Amino acid sequence: MRMPATLIAAASAFALAAPALAKTIPVSAGEGAQARLQEALILAEPGDTVELGAGRFVLTDGLSLDVKGVTVRGAGMDTSVLDFTSQKGAGEGLLVTSDEVTLRDFAVENTKGDGIKSKGADNVVYYRVRVTWTGGPKESNGAYGIYPVSSTGVLIDGCKVSGASDAGIYVGQSKAITVRYNYVEQSVAGIEIENSRDALVTGNLVTRNTGGILVFDLPNLPVMGGGNTVIDGNLVVGNDTPNFAPKGNIVAGVPRGTGVMVMANDGVWVKGNRIAGNPTAQVLVVSFPKPFTDKTYNPLPRNVIIGENQFSGGGDDPQLPGGEQLKAAFGGRLPDVIWDGVGKQGPVLNYPGAYLSLGIPGPDVGMAEVRPQLVKPVPPSALKTPAGYGAPDALDARARP
Amino acid sequence: MRLLAAALLVLGTALAAAPAPVQVNDRAVSNGTYPQSLAEFGFFSDAAGTVPAPGVIPYRLNTPLWSDGAVKSRFLYLPPGTQAKANGDGLLDLPVGAALIKSFAFGGKLVETRVLLHREGGWLALPYVWNAEQTEARLALAGKRIDLTTPAGQAISYAVPNKNQCKDCHNLANVTTPIGPKAYNLSAEWLTGLAKAGKLDRVPAVARRIPRWEARGKAAAADAARGYLDANCAHCHNPQGAASNSGLYLGWQVTDPIALGVMKRPVAAGRGAGVHEFDVVPGQPDHSILAYRFASTEGGIAMPELGRESRDPAGEAVIRAWIAGMR
Repeated sequence: MRMPATLIAAASAFALAAPALAKTIPVSAGEGAQARLQEALILAEPGDTVELGAGRFVLTDGLSLDVKGVTVRGAGMDTSVLDFTSQKGAGEGLLVTSDEVTLRDFAVENTKGDGIKSKGADNVVYYRVRVTWTGGPKESNGAYGIYPVSSTGVLIDGCKVSGASDAGIYVGQSKAITVRYNYVEQSVAGIEIENSRDALVTGNLVTRNTGGILVFDLPNLPVMGGGNTVIDGNLVVGNDTPNFAPKGNIVAGVPRGTGVMVMANDGVWVKGNRIAGNPTAQVLVVSFPKPFTDKTYNPLPRNVIIGENQFSGGGDDPQLPGGEQLKAAFGGRLPDVIWDGVGKQGPVLNYPGAYLSLGIPGPDVGMAEVRPQLVKPVPPSALKTPAGYGAPDALDARARP
Repeated sequence: MRLLAAALLVLGTALAAAPAPVQVNDRAVSNGTYPQSLAEFGFFSDAAGTVPAPGVIPYRLNTPLWSDGAVKSRFLYLPPGTQAKANGDGLLDLPVGAALIKSFAFGGKLVETRVLLHREGGWLALPYVWNAEQTEARLALAGKRIDLTTPAGQAISYAVPNKNQCKDCHNLANVTTPIGPKAYNLSAEWLTGLAKAGKLDRVPAVARRIPRWEARGKAAAADAARGYLDANCAHCHNPQGAASNSGLYLGWQVTDPIALGVMKRPVAAGRGAGVHEFDVVPGQPDHSILAYRFASTEGGIAMPELGRESRDPAGEAVIRAWIAGMR
């Protein structure tokens, strides 16, 4: 049979284009899942989808992905489960070190260390992924559930994390971040944005954690100067789980019952949230409280704007030194917004209502020296509101096409 | 017929007695595929992978990475007509076509051989696992768990790394790179020999050399510990490594005490921090996260994260002595 020239040309073009055509690599649960899944993750090519079947993948070691542009897709966060209960080694369940990766519709359970970590992995999407430590909050649980770090372009959307002994969702040393529509519970920190810039945290439900949403900046790290971050339209409700973080962790210092906590950072806008029933503090704004030697680090929060939020309850069981007396002095519950009082009121914090300053004279002082007082709002000053935050729009198409 | 049989027997004996010398297969080193069997590279003259082929040069590191007490043999292959270039006192600059080969043995039996191949597109790391008969090592892209007993008599589930895990350690700014053959961790004698053989452009000047592990008792406690930290930790704990975000940098040449962990708080250590607040508390190994994580074998706590299933008492001792002697 002779092939017409045009068809041959078309066929050749197809052949040339073929390597760029995405293929799907199905991986089923069952015998040998560790090796089969890891091999698929190694042999995948850019554009490919590694498709996890339904069922429970029993895994003994961490998995890793180092190919750009790969999608790992399961049959649903309750259907395709990567079960690390018998994990022997590695620091996390799944490690991603390549750019443009999409992780969606599967679950990771009971990892020894972190759940899913992506490091130096730009434009990563986590969509409808679940990370759970099934035994509830325990110190022996892994630290972070979803853990992108050192990356530009991060979208975490529609995920669910429970039981992390540090932060359920932790974004560290990164830029251009959106964390939205997630449900984080029973972790020490619900959502933590650390040493990062240009983050939007919106539409999340964070409840039953020790602290709900934390925005921290820490010294002695390769990336510092966090800020330009917006916490908008979240439900931060009833975060009352006792702190179960190992003592050495920075989040071990988060008082049980904190709704939103800002430490250091330049430019954090907290608005449009429903913040309810967080027994220590609905919103806590503090400087970095420990001694440090890093001369390039600014321990003070700056340009923190607490805009219109719906507050209710909370502050009625404060886990702060002198909390009981403070509570009594304020008629049974603390004001919604609490500031440690380090630094100057105006440049640090803007809030339209009266708020409590703990009156700490400087960093690293004993609580005995504090002089708590109610401070009146300063007139809206020239605080800069964040702009140009959130993940690149292109990531949306990979989450919700 | 009998004559023919005898002739065949003689021929067979002759072949067994003097096998044709194995040539390294430069194509297998350089082309774009993943050879399924280690033998395809021709790095060894014998099937048992013990006799290096011509051009495959054994070497050792002054202080090596500890891997559950495995006895390691290391080899460098340089294609004919090429040479390595000295690069200060750091990593030798190896030409395209070069390979680094490392075999791991327990109880006199080879368990795995890892190869690093310098291809046009960069370095590629591949793990090969030996069969029980010790006649062939086959590619294990996805790694493997092997039950074995360490020299210390401990039964462990030994982890052969998968291809990605190879890169986790062999990773500098997201580019796969060798770790071991840094001039400051190689002996002057070996480097001189390599240069004399025309396989190294010059003998690099090394101001401070990591002490030989066997002679660590004669070295300063800090040098012994820092050499061990360099070989066991610094491939991740450096500003361009897998642990760059930790801010804890443990390379031989690091001088900043905070970067070395002295009174440095952990960042994302999770429960790896235990009850401790600082990586290194001078004079107090029992309160130092570094010593704590070295003494653990539990996932999520143990460091290094990969390649260690049991404790290394000698390594722990040098780290503890260094911290204990620190003011």
